[in-house]
Amino acid sequence: MNMLERFFRVVGRNTINRVWRLGFAARFFIALLAHSGETFRRPRLLLRELFASGVLSLIIILVSGLFVGLVLGLQGYDTLQRYGSSEALGILVALSLVRELGPVVAGLLFASRAGSSITAEVGLMKATEQLTAMDMMAVNPLARIIAPRFWGGVLSMPMLAALFTAAGIFGGWLIGVVFIGVDEGAFWAQMQANVNFVDDVCNGIIKSIVFGVAVSLIAVFEGFDAVPTAEGVSRAITRTVVTSALAILALDFVLTSFMFRGL
Amino acid sequence: MNRKVMDLWVGIFVVIGFAAVLFLALKVSNFSASSFATTYEITAKFDNIGGLKVRGPVKSAGVVVGRVSEIRFNPQTYEANVVLKIDSQYQFPMDTFASILTSGLLGEQYIGLDAGGDETMIPAGGAIAKTQSAIVLEKLISQFLFNKASEGKKDAGAQ
Repeated sequence: MNMLERFFRVVGRNTINRVWRLGFAARFFIALLAHSGETFRRPRLLLRELFASGVLSLIIILVSGLFVGLVLGLQGYDTLQRYGSSEALGILVALSLVRELGPVVAGLLFASRAGSSITAEVGLMKATEQLTAMDMMAVNPLARIIAPRFWGGVLSMPMLAALFTAAGIFGGWLIGVVFIGVDEGAFWAQMQANVNFVDDVCNGIIKSIVFGVAVSLIAVFEGFDAVPTAEGVSRAITRTVVTSALAILALDFVLTSFMFRGL
Repeated sequence: MNRKVMDLWVGIFVVIGFAAVLFLALKVSNFSASSFATTYEITAKFDNIGGLKVRGPVKSAGVVVGRVSEIRFNPQTYEANVVLKIDSQYQFPMDTFASILTSGLLGEQYIGLDAGGDETMIPAGGAIAKTQSAIVLEKLISQFLFNKASEGKKDAGAQ
């Protein structure tokens, strides 16, 4: 009986904690949006965060995109040439990158490169009581610290995803056209004929914006909510990467099921 | 980080980010070709559309002149009503012949328009009267086999 009671208590406590945290995150998000005005009135704050999340992620995004494109080119060619349709390589590379791989892989890289560093920064500020000190000086840390980092991430993510996709298509072109010798005209013409701007490219951009919001929110929230110790900050960083990855993949499934129903 | 260097790098980042989007729009997708061209709609009725899909191309003499915008089943006549969006710069005569064709052996299906000789053109919202359904490969093969079989009997009877 005692065991059973303890089991239900553990389940109940965990449920209450989860729901409380979710509610806290939602209120945090609303407060963050309410205090976003200052970010756009003082572009210098935003610029610094665009540099930290966007420019510093450029190398990893471009190099990974290139390699994903190279692999897609090799694997796609290997399969397509069995059916004698190696000209379709352009469609295969472009559609898989534009629709799925670009936003998703760029989002995962963004979460581990920029999201983790945002969490570390905010968490360490909390651990060293810098956030409290700001509050004491009547500077709202939400407006001064959290909102610029959030918006920096949200604005960087679509551009990084587009760069990832472009680098990947360049990689596919490099393997397909330059090294293997697929006809260049067919490669681009088939790609253009089968990739639709509204249905494919715009949906990919919408995906990357959604992932940018999700990853940036998780990153700043985990940092803000971190237990203010060295261990707490390290745990918060781990949670940022894990939660972001799961959120990206789950959101991707939801968005894909709404966007691409195979008409 | 020096403020000027940071400005420069953020500027470069934003510019190449937009350049990447532009590349996806113009070079990778059909943004330049179809999105803003003005179109008019005409309908065509088919007995069987085969594997024709919405957004499939409409070609005349092999050149893409429009897209399939809607496919509906008409429960009164048991036919398929296909709505075509044709680029406004192309007009077709009233006796134009629409047929569903396949590009290559395994390629996608598209609508081919063969212009007739009529003086009057199909107006916007008009209909194509003469259509030919998609060729169903199974029917063709079975027809061929039946023909072969009956030929074989004839040969046997002559000997």
